Amino acid sequence: MTVAPASGPSASACPACLAAPAAESLAGDLKGARLTLSLPTAHCAVCITDVERELARHSGVRAARVNLTLRRVAIEADAGIEAADLIARLKAIGYEAHELDPGLLTSTEADRRGRDILMRIGVAGFAMMNIMLLSIAVWSGAEAATRDLFHWISAAIALPTVAFAGQPFFASAWNSLKARRLGMDVPISLAIILASSISVYETMHSGHHAYFDAAVMLTFFLLVGRYLDYRTRAVARSAAEELAALEVPRATVLRDGAEVVVPVGDLVPGDLIRARPGGRIPADGVVVEGTSEIDRSLLTGESLPVYAGPETVLSAGEVNLTGPLTLRVTAAGQDSSLHRMADLVATAESARNRYTSLAERAARLYSPGVHLLAFGSFLTWLYLSGGDVRLAVNIAAAVLIITCPCALGLAVPAVVTAASGKLFRAGLLVKDGTALERLAEVDTVIFDKTGTLTMGTPEAANLHDLPADDLAVAAALAGASSHPLAVALAEAARGLGIMPAAVTDLREVPGYGIEGQWQRQPVRLGRADWIGAAPGEVTATHLRIGTAVPRSITFADRLRPGAAEAVAAFQRQGLAVHLLSGDVPGAVGALAGRLEIANWHAGALPAEKAALVADLTAQGRKVLMVGDGLNDTAALAGAHVSISPASALDAARTASDIVLLGQDLAPVAEAVRMAAKARRRIKENFAISFGYNVVAVPLALVGLATPLAAALAMSISSITVSLNSLRLK
Amino acid sequence: MEALSYSIPISIFLGAVGLAAFFWALRGKQYEDPKGDAERILSKEWDDHPKP
Repeated sequence: MTVAPASGPSASACPACLAAPAAESLAGDLKGARLTLSLPTAHCAVCITDVERELARHSGVRAARVNLTLRRVAIEADAGIEAADLIARLKAIGYEAHELDPGLLTSTEADRRGRDILMRIGVAGFAMMNIMLLSIAVWSGAEAATRDLFHWISAAIALPTVAFAGQPFFASAWNSLKARRLGMDVPISLAIILASSISVYETMHSGHHAYFDAAVMLTFFLLVGRYLDYRTRAVARSAAEELAALEVPRATVLRDGAEVVVPVGDLVPGDLIRARPGGRIPADGVVVEGTSEIDRSLLTGESLPVYAGPETVLSAGEVNLTGPLTLRVTAAGQDSSLHRMADLVATAESARNRYTSLAERAARLYSPGVHLLAFGSFLTWLYLSGGDVRLAVNIAAAVLIITCPCALGLAVPAVVTAASGKLFRAGLLVKDGTALERLAEVDTVIFDKTGTLTMGTPEAANLHDLPADDLAVAAALAGASSHPLAVALAEAARGLGIMPAAVTDLREVPGYGIEGQWQRQPVRLGRADWIGAAPGEVTATHLRIGTAVPRSITFADRLRPGAAEAVAAFQRQGLAVHLLSGDVPGAVGALAGRLEIANWHAGALPAEKAALVADLTAQGRKVLMVGDGLNDTAALAGAHVSISPASALDAARTASDIVLLGQDLAPVAEAVRMAAKARRRIKENFAISFGYNVVAVPLALVGLATPLAAALAMSISSITVSLNSLRLK
Repeated sequence: MEALSYSIPISIFLGAVGLAAFFWALRGKQYEDPKGDAERILSKEWDDHPKP
């Protein structure tokens, strides 16, 4: 960084002017841009090559490296390279990409924790194998001095290993003891410590049985379970962070006539803010200047844009479509409508957090049971043997080791890892660890309309009714605007192979439409009242040529790919399907008819959506909510489990358990089926590990358990459970 | 039995070499993108070392 001042203005005056460009490029080097893009559709070797080659071709890009596991590409580029250009380049070769805010990605820290566990697994695995070599010698009949020697060497390897690799369990057990609970880690830590100390004692007294191998093996298998669990969570968390990093909330404020960009959190009521066309309104406010049209679909579910001019009241989260607006902020931060929505979400979420996972339920039964069993056997043998503490402690330790939840620790993470991986490949990101379990219980599905079942983008419906000349004029007019209806119209006309007519003097009137001159007569395309047409029920734009009768071009919201399949699949599975929207009855009813959904509700306010979910829940139904808008967030958070598409608002994605990464809705139905399977596997795994205990525990209780039996029970049950998890299809 | 005096140290040493190799790979970030590495072998744009 010491070079940077040299490249300042004084550098040009210095004799070594030739050095200046070099110094500058060096300074540029230092703060060269590091961009991270998310690549939700990358999945193969060709994708890697394509993306990396295409990015490298962009001048200014120094290096690009795809990480297929995280579906991201890290780019090192010269300062001044815009992510938007790179995204456009990738889109041109068919890859969807989004910019990520690197500041919000904490993956490096997460990596360190993952690597830490991996390192402990490595150490435990090394120790386990070496000790096993020695143990096998002992089991196959090493005697007296040899056996003692082998035990001592095992101790020398096992004790440091246990002290290092067992730390995660000791720390967690200590924490749960401090909180006066008996977590799963308490019997684990007790078993490890007891096994090691007894073995040391036995070795010192030339005993026959030492459990060093068991202590280390226990640590190894449990660490593997811990790592799987951690990795599932880390992948989900990094992807969730990724979603949060997609939006960088900033607002343009007019201060003393100058435009200043500030974080949204710094806005205060009374501030004048600028809202660009295409941008999201950052805070609640009243329009002071400018006219435009507003898309409120994310807040209310209305698919039709509404007019906005001076005195129109706007809410944060709405999208400004056509003209620049200046707003006076009326409420920001805590008081804004966005925040009130967040409060609704918070209350709904606390209700869901009461859900206890299968693993927790198992641990709750298991921990006290194991402790009682071990302590009981200790007392019984103390009494039977007439006070032989050494024997009693040995048997109690054997009970603890045999019952120790090796397989139980793997039962849930192994299945969840396998299922989440499968779902991720299908385009679904499981954000919450218990989401799959909850998804398996679902019996009712509620869909939002705009943006969920539909794409939220309009599609021209009646172009074939229009004369070719009119179409050509409409295409020319539409081509001049970035209004969503105009864009859709222009695209549809291009698709039909219509050449835009030669319309001159094109002018967009923000909030109303576009006008121009064609064959010496005025032509207009826009809102009904501006054209002089009768406003209709459905979304439409209107065209007038000269003084002719205005023609209407109607639009339908495009169905999301896979929406029909998903709804049909749910109905086949016998789930009740509801359609719940804030849009007008006409639009909602039409879609419900098209998808054959019998239960539909239109014009629902956010609180009403949440109330319907609460109602159904009170009737004992387990609701899956699928929605994307801000008006859905409370319902999403209140539902038993929730899914939102990646295109959804930040708040909606945060409130949901599963995020749909691609465009296609079909995997949602697949997810429910997969969740039911995963739950069955988890239960089978519990049954398997319990089954081994049923056989092995009586052996331990009567004092017949040898270190060999313990090792066999532990490894066979862990392997069976892992294999059973992999059966998940 | 004398064999033990060198075979045991040898076995432990070999294990330790494996452990060290694992540490080295872990530190070298070779487990960062297992899926990508598995696919990259099919790509013609091979590289001798990880790009930065």
